[in-house]
Amino acid sequence: MQLPDVRKRRSLLRGAPAASVGSIAESAETRGRTRSWRPGAGVAGLLFLLPMLVIFGVFSWLPILRALEMSVEKTNLVAPPVFVGLDNFARVLADPVFWVAVKNTAWFALLALIFGYPVPLVLAVLMSEARRFRGLYSVLAYLPVVVPPVVAVLLWKFFYDGSSTGVFNTILGWFGMKPAAWLQSAGTAMPSLVLEATWAAAGGTVIIYLAALQSVPAELYDAADVDGAGLWRKVRYVTLPHLRGILLITLILQIIGTSQLFLEPFLFTGGGPANATTTVLLLIYRYAFQNSIGGDYGSATALSVMLAVFLAAFSWGYFRLTRGWAT
Amino acid sequence: MGLRRARAPSDAQASSDRGIVSHADWKRPSVRLGLGAAHAALLTLLVIVGLGPILWLAKSAVTPTRDTLRTPLALWPGGIDLDNLATAWNKVHIDHYFFNTVAIAAGSWATQIVVATTAGFALSVLRPRYGPLLTSLVLGTLFVPAVVLLVPLYLTVLDPPLLHTSLINTFWAVWLPAGASAFNVLLIKRFFDNLPREIFEAAQTDGAGPFRLFWSIVLPLSRPIIGVVSVFAVIATWKDFLWPLLVLPNPEVQPLSVRLPTLQKAIELDVFLAALMISTLIPIGLFLLFQRMFLRGVGLGGAVKG
Repeated sequence: MQLPDVRKRRSLLRGAPAASVGSIAESAETRGRTRSWRPGAGVAGLLFLLPMLVIFGVFSWLPILRALEMSVEKTNLVAPPVFVGLDNFARVLADPVFWVAVKNTAWFALLALIFGYPVPLVLAVLMSEARRFRGLYSVLAYLPVVVPPVVAVLLWKFFYDGSSTGVFNTILGWFGMKPAAWLQSAGTAMPSLVLEATWAAAGGTVIIYLAALQSVPAELYDAADVDGAGLWRKVRYVTLPHLRGILLITLILQIIGTSQLFLEPFLFTGGGPANATTTVLLLIYRYAFQNSIGGDYGSATALSVMLAVFLAAFSWGYFRLTRGWAT
Repeated sequence: MGLRRARAPSDAQASSDRGIVSHADWKRPSVRLGLGAAHAALLTLLVIVGLGPILWLAKSAVTPTRDTLRTPLALWPGGIDLDNLATAWNKVHIDHYFFNTVAIAAGSWATQIVVATTAGFALSVLRPRYGPLLTSLVLGTLFVPAVVLLVPLYLTVLDPPLLHTSLINTFWAVWLPAGASAFNVLLIKRFFDNLPREIFEAAQTDGAGPFRLFWSIVLPLSRPIIGVVSVFAVIATWKDFLWPLLVLPNPEVQPLSVRLPTLQKAIELDVFLAALMISTLIPIGLFLLFQRMFLRGVGLGGAVKG
């Protein structure tokens, strides 16, 4: 047993009282450090970190800094960039389409919350009660998630065909309903997008909830049974409180995800009809890459920085507000 | 724990195995009937909603256009046209875009694995003094939404530092940025953190240097986590659309996801649906093959990645 000796020496070196090296946690931590390769980590450490430093440096850290820089510059790739202060932000805020895009994105997020948020929860609670085929349920629920999103959107675009022989309109016909316009009308276009997006994403959330549901201690249900609680009361007072933490996280993650909606409006409607499905991300894409007079990179980065700041502030507020509820 | 072991084994198992509805309740006919009906409904719903569209696609891929348009929901096609798949593969050159997708996925997989394993090894096992700082810099990128990177990353690929040659229309434009996945690095680092340090020490005593330790000890031990990261890397690349759309404007190098929307306007519906079917086969095949890894990995990563 040479170990205590080393530990003592290290703690003396650090000037910490030797007596504090008593708790298990502390000793485990110190042990880990003493056994590290730090003496030889110099060159080898750098060599092993090289791929990450290069890739993250060039394709992550620098672009993040560059985004901040570009949002206050006028860049057109030909002339050297000029500092323009907050002009880019002002220009975006003055763009009438910007406010439409914000409204649409919020509308999509809200609809996705109303339709999409409860669905996985109900499915997961029901699935966790299955005594047979539990694996089959999970596989079925997760299948839409593995379908490539582009394929899913193109397939659903066909389903949404507005004629009376369209797939969904045929189904409506079975129930004696008139064919709907789906993607072609400004009123139904966004809900149609939400429907597809919910189909495509719900499976992943179901699996997360299923994992969380398995951690609910059976003893609590036993106790609830003894107290004579019915099915609904057990769900309400045992199951849901146990899922509260994960429910809060999936909620904010869903909001962050839906606020960056791009694929569905881009492929389904191109933002139409009459900008009814233009989202913030679609607008960023248009600013930068669909400009006939060359990319307006300043406006595009300004808008993306605004979105990122908004999301960061929103998440911060959200976690502050819900801090006490999570446990 | 001791209490449970003292009980009859079947009893202990029953207690830990129950869900919301107790075993006693399950024996009551009304509960059995009600929940049985609920589950039959759930299973029907999942089959229709989860499997239905995929089965429909499989059917329509071999149905003549006329039938698909006139009676899209007919259970059995009027005539089977297996040529659709061959036409899509050979004449529309889906094979070409398919192999582009495979090449893009393979390269992205390789950069992701190389970056994540070497960085994880350095940060978790070698632990240089500046390691914690780097870890937090990597963690920090998780909080930056991908949209912020879109334009500056595009400009970086257009004119990468030191190289002075544009990567646009080369696979490198997708392969290299794919490696900057904070999620992979942190996941692998966490896994390495939990490997027993005693093994490293033993190897060190036997004279193994850091490279030997990485190659002969750490990598073989981390097969499960590398498997998880690999499967997710391949699926993510297969799904990606916006980034390859931006950096691969030349149809010759485009993957399926980027090519399919353009093809829609150019080819007949039945062939197009056959093309959609072909592009779905690999991800679904991978999923069915590695189900367990998928469903566990989602529970593990879903809460972090979203």
